[in-house]
Amino acid sequence: MSTTRDAPAATAAGMPPTRGSRLRARLARVSRAAWLGWAGVALGVLAFYITLPPLLLRTIVPSLVLAAAGIGLAVVALRAGEKRVGWGAVVACVAGAFGAYGAVRSGEANLERVVVWSALLAAALRYATPLTFAALGGVTSERSGVVNIGLEGMMLTGAFFGAWGADITSSWVGGVVIGLAAGAVMGLLHAVFSVTLRADQIVSGTAINFLALGITGFLFVKAYGTEGTPDDLPEIPNVELPIGWIPFIGEGLEQLNLLVWVSLICVAALSLFLFRTPRGLRLRSVGEHPLAADTAGISPIRLRYYAVTASGAFAALGGVFLSIGFVHSFSQNMTAGQGFIGLAAVIFGKWKPGGALAAALLFGFSSALAQRLPVFSPTGAVLFQALPYVLTLIALAGLVGRSRPPAADGIPYERH
Amino acid sequence: MSDEGGPGTITVASRLAGFMRGGGVLIPLVTAFLAFLVGGLVVAAAGANPIDTYEAIFEGSGLNWLFPWVTGDDRTLAALNLQQTLILTTPLILTGLAVAFAFRAGLFNIGGQGQYLVGTFAAVYVGSSLEGTPAFLHVVLAIVAGSLAGALWAGIAGLLKATTGANEVVSTIMLNWTAVYLGSYLFTLGGPLHSDDPAAASIPVSPDIHESARLPVFWGDPELQGLHIGIFIALVAAILFWVLLNRSVTGYEVRAVGFNPDAAEYAGISAGRNYVKVMLICGLLAGLAGTLDVLGWQFRVATNDIQVSQTGYYGIAVALLGRNTAFGTVAAALLFGALLNGTSVRNLDPAVFDPQLATNLTWIIQGLIVLFVSAPVLITYLSPGRLRRRFRRRPAEARAG
Repeated sequence: MSTTRDAPAATAAGMPPTRGSRLRARLARVSRAAWLGWAGVALGVLAFYITLPPLLLRTIVPSLVLAAAGIGLAVVALRAGEKRVGWGAVVACVAGAFGAYGAVRSGEANLERVVVWSALLAAALRYATPLTFAALGGVTSERSGVVNIGLEGMMLTGAFFGAWGADITSSWVGGVVIGLAAGAVMGLLHAVFSVTLRADQIVSGTAINFLALGITGFLFVKAYGTEGTPDDLPEIPNVELPIGWIPFIGEGLEQLNLLVWVSLICVAALSLFLFRTPRGLRLRSVGEHPLAADTAGISPIRLRYYAVTASGAFAALGGVFLSIGFVHSFSQNMTAGQGFIGLAAVIFGKWKPGGALAAALLFGFSSALAQRLPVFSPTGAVLFQALPYVLTLIALAGLVGRSRPPAADGIPYERH
Repeated sequence: MSDEGGPGTITVASRLAGFMRGGGVLIPLVTAFLAFLVGGLVVAAAGANPIDTYEAIFEGSGLNWLFPWVTGDDRTLAALNLQQTLILTTPLILTGLAVAFAFRAGLFNIGGQGQYLVGTFAAVYVGSSLEGTPAFLHVVLAIVAGSLAGALWAGIAGLLKATTGANEVVSTIMLNWTAVYLGSYLFTLGGPLHSDDPAAASIPVSPDIHESARLPVFWGDPELQGLHIGIFIALVAAILFWVLLNRSVTGYEVRAVGFNPDAAEYAGISAGRNYVKVMLICGLLAGLAGTLDVLGWQFRVATNDIQVSQTGYYGIAVALLGRNTAFGTVAAALLFGALLNGTSVRNLDPAVFDPQLATNLTWIIQGLIVLFVSAPVLITYLSPGRLRRRFRRRPAEARAG
């Protein structure tokens, strides 16, 4: 764990570095007004929740009461100067009231079919997994000071090479390995341009996306022509857990793909690595102040190379999951902007793996919901697919303004 | 690039400025040449003859019409092909300008595609309604509607950037996908703007625009998709782009914010207000691109087209290769228009090279161009004169630092 050099950082606030006290100290900093604001948010959510299965209240009155109470709390919070959480509570209550109205007006049978919590949970996790991997790649790269717009392309590369690798080796392990390697190569390419050649990272990342689109499309047409990937593509297995009896979450979690669990483990591992190990501290120092790190004997160039290459591998794993863990085929440009949603999750999650996971789950949940909403309106089905993108936009606008990227993010480092 | 200023100037625009100053027309040519060279290697790796392939693409683009020795049937065919190339060039000029203008303000507008799409939606809506409007007026109304729709769509991203600091790269991409699904919804079977023509009952497509909203064709047969006058509108837009950027207060402010937002802010130029203004203008250009495509040759919007259309994305490579200048963008748009038309399924003989592969080859070439442009150092290293000068300057700088 901590070496002597890192110890001062861990105890910077003069507190012992144990988890419980850190949390308590952080909670103690939240003002009373902010608590009220959060309670308002909770009331808004509750207003919607009680009209959904399993409670399924068929009248809107309790919801309106809850929403009104929530707005009252929000006003208190706003008056005390807690603008962000206050407005958040207002939005949550208004949305909750509208949601409750919609739920009360729609048929019980439809609601029972759409709102199956265990299925929604499982689907949300499945949709979140590629985003989580992309976001982990983004966190790794941006913490080292390199903006990675190319996540989308790296993910697409992983998706194609994962499918192709699984096909030629007739094993999903081969697919994972080849997909990872291909993504790492794309990451390395981005590193060469953004670190060594000091390219504009956003432009070179865009180039990676174009290149990945061209290369995967080219090889796909070359290898599979118009027929597409074979139907008997080896698939990453599901993990069967005997936990179906646990209420609420058991059914959702008992049968998930191996990579879904891997993504969750990776979040924990990366979080520990970044914030609890000397190497993680070095990586972050390169992203905050490369010159200082360089003076202390840490090579920003080398660390950035590692980070960006790893970032490509992470994003590729998300792509591998898409092609041989989820959809079971590859099609051109199949990632469809998910790498970018992963990038938004990075920003939304304040450049922390745990935060990024939370954001990815939110987007995953909205995708899962979008898949089920067509029950209400078949023509609207297409429009619902825009939900994750619109949500990303709102999330970016509403919550991101205050989050701070690593100080040297996007700035090429040049030794003097 | 050590001669570009301190660590404060890190915007896209200021870094690209190094590339812009890198020297005349030569560097884009070198960039494109390198990209095509690598593209040729890819063709060779795929088992085809790169020279034959490029020749076939060139002839498919109709650019051989410019050679006076091409006569007779060949010339007729070349003229037909060139008309198609220029039809594709028209929106590329505009989406290229939409990206270039943002770059000059230090913004990266990847949202050209979404702005282009909402432009087509608005144009097809106005073009297919208002029956009986006089031709000229109808065209003008559709153009205004399409451009405004694009401007508003891009304005969302500008407003978010100005008020909350939301990164425009992510927000414009999200708007692109939102536009795709919005369009798919509008024109889907039973959607609000689905065609009421019984022949299109099972096809997700918009109604056709009225005759009065079509742009006149001035070269070639209107029945055979001749060249419409939209290309002149695009060229005028390019001239206006130059005037606005280089000869107006707005342009000065835009460039100032692009070079260094903090310094501009200090000088009394509001960066936030400029972000909104710039995005509105970018969206106007991209929306106009979509409008011209609808009024000029598509006449309707099908959900299929919405999914596969890439015009806005091509604009990025066009702008970067054209070094974000008006003239450069027009030239780069012609190159990409020719490349797209030359590699299209209709024009490229599968015996020479599979058009499906060629479409992806276009992406690879684009990716390479953007990649080379991203690293000004790489290209400047490749020009021997600069290389020598750099090396001569280096030791002096090291001493000074």
